[in-house]
Amino acid sequence: MTTLSHTDSLSQGQRWLRALTDKLSGVNLAETGRQLLLPAIGIILFLGFWHIAAPQVQTSLGAFPGPAQVLEQTGRLWQEHDNQRDRAAQFVTMQEERNERILAENPDAEVKIRDYPGAPTFIDQIFTSLGTVLAGFVLATIIAVPLGIIIGLNRHFSAAVNPLIQIFKPVSPLAWLPLVTMVVSATYVSDDPMFEKSFLTSMITVTLCSLWPTLINTSVGVSAVNPDLLNVSKVLRLSFWTHVRKVVLPSSVPMIFTGLRVSLGIAWMVLIAAEMLAQSPGLGKFVWDEFQNGGSESLSRIMVAVLAIGFIGFLLDRIMLLIQKKVAWNE
Amino acid sequence: MSKSHLELTNVQMAFDTKEGPFIALENIDLKIRKGEFVSLIGHSGCGKSTVLNIVAGLLQATRGGCVLDGHEVNTPGPERAVVFQNHSLMPWLTVYENVELAVQQVFRKSMSKAERKEWILHNLKLVNMDHALDKRPGEISGGMAQRVGIARALAMKPSVLLMDEPFGALDALTRAHLQDSLMKIQQDLNSTVIMITHDVDEAVLLSDRIVMMTNGPAATIGEELYIELPRPRNRVTLADHPEYVRYRQAVLSFLYEKQRFPGKGEDEQEEPTAEAEAPAQGDNLPDVGNESEESPVRRIA
Ligand SMILES: Nc1ncnc2c1ncn2[C@@H]1O[C@H](COP(=O)(O)OP(=O)(O)OP(=O)(O)O)[C@@H](O)[C@H]1O
Ligand SMILES: [Mg+2]
Repeated sequence: MTTLSHTDSLSQGQRWLRALTDKLSGVNLAETGRQLLLPAIGIILFLGFWHIAAPQVQTSLGAFPGPAQVLEQTGRLWQEHDNQRDRAAQFVTMQEERNERILAENPDAEVKIRDYPGAPTFIDQIFTSLGTVLAGFVLATIIAVPLGIIIGLNRHFSAAVNPLIQIFKPVSPLAWLPLVTMVVSATYVSDDPMFEKSFLTSMITVTLCSLWPTLINTSVGVSAVNPDLLNVSKVLRLSFWTHVRKVVLPSSVPMIFTGLRVSLGIAWMVLIAAEMLAQSPGLGKFVWDEFQNGGSESLSRIMVAVLAIGFIGFLLDRIMLLIQKKVAWNE
Repeated sequence: MSKSHLELTNVQMAFDTKEGPFIALENIDLKIRKGEFVSLIGHSGCGKSTVLNIVAGLLQATRGGCVLDGHEVNTPGPERAVVFQNHSLMPWLTVYENVELAVQQVFRKSMSKAERKEWILHNLKLVNMDHALDKRPGEISGGMAQRVGIARALAMKPSVLLMDEPFGALDALTRAHLQDSLMKIQQDLNSTVIMITHDVDEAVLLSDRIVMMTNGPAATIGEELYIELPRPRNRVTLADHPEYVRYRQAVLSFLYEKQRFPGKGEDEQEEPTAEAEAPAQGDNLPDVGNESEESPVRRIA
């Protein structure tokens, strides 16, 4: 009862305040609604257009797939992956049982453990691609960030390497690939290779192409540190390393991350092309194989890959954005 | 009188510009005793910050030089701490960490970790900023950031404290409070202070001597005024003090009668071209840091 009478005796001011917050939350609702609604309308319109336009486009492999066929193939690809996994599990248990039997008969016998020999599924290819792109991107970052810092700190060095950067930056992965392939097969000779040659080729191609935005942004960020902060560092007589660690790096973190995000986008784009050409396992190879197959479902399956590539690229960018928000001080 | 602690002799500062060398300072001679509080006053763009930067070692005079305790100043160092015109805090560090960076650097060897922490907190308390230790400079007001900048400089226990309009961004109340604490700190530590200010009252209240600069280009010291008011000084009782009023008048007369702001009125001593040049040069102010690396090596013939 007390609480009720309490609400009854709400002062004019409180009531007014509440009306205001109600109105505000109403506005917020409408705002979030609009934020969801417009993208939804965009997607629906696109799907509709795709659905209508696709059958009009005739190819030698039949009509261009519409959204329905693509959805169907998505399910099919997932199913294949599931089946494959079951078979792999079976294979492993059978192998273990057989090995146990052999060991029971003769404890000294050498048992062989082999991997499941089945072909990689679409999902497997996605993970292979992700592994390759991350390896290439990490390598690019390890090279580009320190190099960018040196370029940004030293005006003379910057002047010396700037033309090289400008020339190599626009080179397409397709141009690098044959060279990288030849160099890798000539230099990476080992009886028990830790990595596949094709993996190395596409990884290095990714590195070569995705290096530049990080390199350029890092050097620009480093050379654009607020001169007042540089003066503070001078007055404090910070040593070179402390200066880099405590002043230069934190100050350029926002710029570096902008570069990293662009680099990762390029890395992902380049990777697909590299895999297609280098025949290294991954999404690019999946697309190429489907294209070579030329089955009636090939186009739909390629379309699934296209959408997956786009979606993963988007996801990678979001992840980088999250990391940036965690690390950068200006977010 | 004790022998001078800090000495600027025949200092000339010329900046390289696209239109040839620009002589900002000419024939600056200044001797400062240990523990003296000197204010630099002059119109905007006359070269006050340049003088301070030369003492700080951030700029190298193109002629003449600066000697501190018998050693020529040619590099910056924490014994000449600077409070910059804009607070110049690291935006990615918190209030505490900003002061910590300085304390860590200066007292790495001479203080234990606990002592350093206490010292940091002590200095932030002096400027009334111990309530915002974990805030970033972006989250506090300009005046608060300026106070942290002062705490950072004080925390270095400098033998010379260089302050470039330290209270410019503060409201009247905070300003008065900080002026009082600065007076007290300076008396306790007997540190030498050079402070740039635009505020005549502030200059008279705080200083032992007010150095008034002529308008640029080729600015030099126009007049020096020794303020012989007894310490400790109290702003309230001082306000009606006849000497105080006379000192104020002297500075005002220098600034607004003898050195009118260039461009605002006709100034007989200067060529019209020179007048037009000064404000245009003023636009280059943010470049001071960038150019500081190149300027020392170049001398004009
Ligand atoms: N790096 C530089 N290159 C060229 N000219 C400069 C440079 N630094 C300062 N100047 C010029 O020297 C003169 C004095 O500058 P300074 O910054 O010392 O003035 P100031 O008295 O501190 O002015 P304010 O009160 O506005 O801060 C100005 O005319 C300025 O344009
Ligand atoms: Mg200035």
